[in-house]
Amino acid sequence: MIQFLQNLIDAISLGSIYALVALGIGLLFGILRLINFAHGDFITIGCYALIVPSADVTARLLIGAWPWPVMIPMICLIVVIVALMTDVLVFRPLRRTSSPTLMIASFAVSYIIQNGVLMAYGSRPKAVDLWSGANTQVMIGILRVPMLQLITLVVTLVLMVAISLFLKKTSYGVQMRAAAEDFRMAQYLGVRGNVVIGIAFAISGILAGVVSLLYTTQSGSLSYTMGVPLALFAFVAVVVGGMGSLVGAVVGGFTIGFIVTMLQAYLPPDLRAFRDAFAFAFVILVLLIRPAGIVPARSSFERV
Amino acid sequence: MRNFIARHQAPFLLMVLLGLIAGATFLSANDSLSVTLTEMFIRVIVVVGLYVFIGNSGIISFGQIGFMCIGAYAAAWATADPSFKQIMLSGLPTFLQDNQYPFLVAIAGSLVLPAVAALCLGAAIMRLSGTAASIATFAFLIIVNSVYSNWDSVTAGVSSIIGIPTVVGPWTAYAFAALAILLAYLFQISRFGLMLRASRDDEVAARASAVKILRMRLAAFVLSAALVGVGGGLYAQFLGILTVDPFYLDLSFITIAMLVVGGMFSLTGAVTGVVAVTAVVEFLRFLERGVTIGGSTLALPQGSQEIGLGIVMALILIFRPTGLSRGREIAIVTAGVPKGASAPDTPALSAEPQRAAR
Repeated sequence: MIQFLQNLIDAISLGSIYALVALGIGLLFGILRLINFAHGDFITIGCYALIVPSADVTARLLIGAWPWPVMIPMICLIVVIVALMTDVLVFRPLRRTSSPTLMIASFAVSYIIQNGVLMAYGSRPKAVDLWSGANTQVMIGILRVPMLQLITLVVTLVLMVAISLFLKKTSYGVQMRAAAEDFRMAQYLGVRGNVVIGIAFAISGILAGVVSLLYTTQSGSLSYTMGVPLALFAFVAVVVGGMGSLVGAVVGGFTIGFIVTMLQAYLPPDLRAFRDAFAFAFVILVLLIRPAGIVPARSSFERV
Repeated sequence: MRNFIARHQAPFLLMVLLGLIAGATFLSANDSLSVTLTEMFIRVIVVVGLYVFIGNSGIISFGQIGFMCIGAYAAAWATADPSFKQIMLSGLPTFLQDNQYPFLVAIAGSLVLPAVAALCLGAAIMRLSGTAASIATFAFLIIVNSVYSNWDSVTAGVSSIIGIPTVVGPWTAYAFAALAILLAYLFQISRFGLMLRASRDDEVAARASAVKILRMRLAAFVLSAALVGVGGGLYAQFLGILTVDPFYLDLSFITIAMLVVGGMFSLTGAVTGVVAVTAVVEFLRFLERGVTIGGSTLALPQGSQEIGLGIVMALILIFRPTGLSRGREIAIVTAGVPKGASAPDTPALSAEPQRAAR
C-alpha cells in the first residue's frame, strides 16, 4: 500500500510535467490546429539559455546563476522570443494551409532548432548544477517525497489556475477561447487573429521555459535532444486527453504520467525495457476506443 | 497509341531519369559517388513507398520508417552469418539461425513481414480521422523503435548485427527503384488508387459514391509498408551492418522532407524530391568540407547541412506548398487530341486539396 502511494506520488509528479508540456501544445492546437513538434525544442532552448554564452565542455551558468526572481523571467523571455520568431517566420506565412502541412512545418522548425543547438554546443551532454538543494527529500507521514516533486506540483497548479483565470477573466483570454472555437467567425467579430495567436505562442513559450527549469533541476544535464522525449509524451497526452480541449491536455498529461509510472513499477522485470512500447500501444488503444479523447473538445466533431 | 504513351509516360520518364543518373556514376567510376547513389535509390524506394500511402490518401504517416526497420531486420535475420546469429541472436527460430538465405529470399522476407505488420496496424487505425491517424502511426514508430532496441535475443538490442553480405550496389538499387515506381504507378491508376484519391479530395462525396474508404486506405497502407520494407531490406544488405538508431525521427523527417519538397501528391514529386534533396544535402556537405578559393579555405560549420535542409523545407512549404512538381506528373509527349478537348494526360490529379483554412 505504501509502495503504491509512493508510486502514485511519482506518477502525479511526472504527470504534472507532462501536463505542463501538453498544455503548451494543446493551446496552439486549439487555436491554430498546429501540432507543434518544435515545443520540445522550445524546452531545450530554455535549458541551454541557462548557460547561454558558454560553449565550454563543462557548462558554466550565466543567466542560471542570477537570483531566481530575475532568472526565471529572463529564461521565459528568451523562450518566448524564440517561440514568437518561429511564428512570424514560419507559421504566419502558413496560416491558410491545412493541418498536416503545419505539422510538417513544425517538424522542420524542430529539426532546425535541434541542429542549431548541436552546432553551437556540440552533441556531448553537459552537466549543470541548478538548484540542487531542491533534490532533498521531505517526509510526509511515512512517505518520502522529493522536494522537487512538490515544487513541480505546486508550480503546475499555480500555472493552470493562472491560465484558466486568464482565459476566463481577461478580454484577450475570451478572444482566445472564441478563436479556438471558430477562428474565422472570431475574426469577423473583430478578434485580431495574429495578436491572439501571438499570445498563444507566448504562453506556450512561458510554459516551455518553466518546464525547462524544472526538468534541468531534476536531470542535472543538458543535451540537444533533451526536449524530444518530453514532447513525444506530451503529444500523446494531448491526443489521449482530447485534441483542442485544454482540460483534456491536462487530464491527458496526468494519465500518461500515471501509465508510465505504473508500467515502470508493475511490469515484470524482463518486460520493463519495453515500457515505452506498452505506453504507446495504450495510446493507440485509447484512440481506437475514444477517437476524440477522454475529454472531447466541443468543436471537435466534423461538420459536413 | 500516341494517347496511350501520353497517358502513361510518367513512370517511364522517371525510370529513364534515374537510369541516366545511374549511368553517369558508372562512367565517372567514383566510389563515394556510387555509395551516395545507392543510398539515393534506396531512398527513392522508401519515399515512393511513403507516397503510395500519403500521396494517395492525404493522411500523413510518420510510422513508415518503422516498416523500414522491420524490413531491414527481416533481411538481416535471413542473410547474416549463421555463426553470428547462433551466438548473438539466440532468440531467433532455428531455421533462421542455422541457414543463410539468398538475396531474393531475404527481400521477400522484408516485403512480407512489414506488409503483415501494416495489415494488422492498418486494420485498427485506418478508421481514425487524419490527425489522430497521424499520431497513431507516430506511436507505432516509437513502439517499433522501443521493441527493436530492447529485444536483445532477437535484434541484438542496441549493439549491431554484423556479417550481412553487402550485395546491393547502385544497379540493384536502381532496378528495385524502377520496380517501385512502376508498382506505385499501377496502384495509382488502378480503381483502388482512383477511389482513394477521390476520398482524399472529398471524403464525404467519395463515401456517398460508395467508395469503401477504409478498405482503400488499408490497401495503400499495406502496399506502402511493403515497398518501404523492401527499401529497408536493401539498406541492410547495402551497409552490411545494422542498428536500430537510423530508423527513427531523423530519417522520418528526411524522407517526409523529400516528399514535401518534390510535391506530396504526385509520383513525379516523390522521385524528384529525393533527387533534389540529395543534391542539396550533398552540396551542403561539400561546402562543409570546405572550398579553397585563392589559398584560403572557406567552410560552413558542421551542422549547416541539416539546418540548410530544414530551411529549404520550410521555404518550399511557404512559397510552393504543392512542391517542385506542383502535384502534377512529368510529361513530354502531349496527347494527340484536338485543341479544346480536355486532354487527360495526367490521371485525375488536382493540386493540393483546398481544405478550409482554419
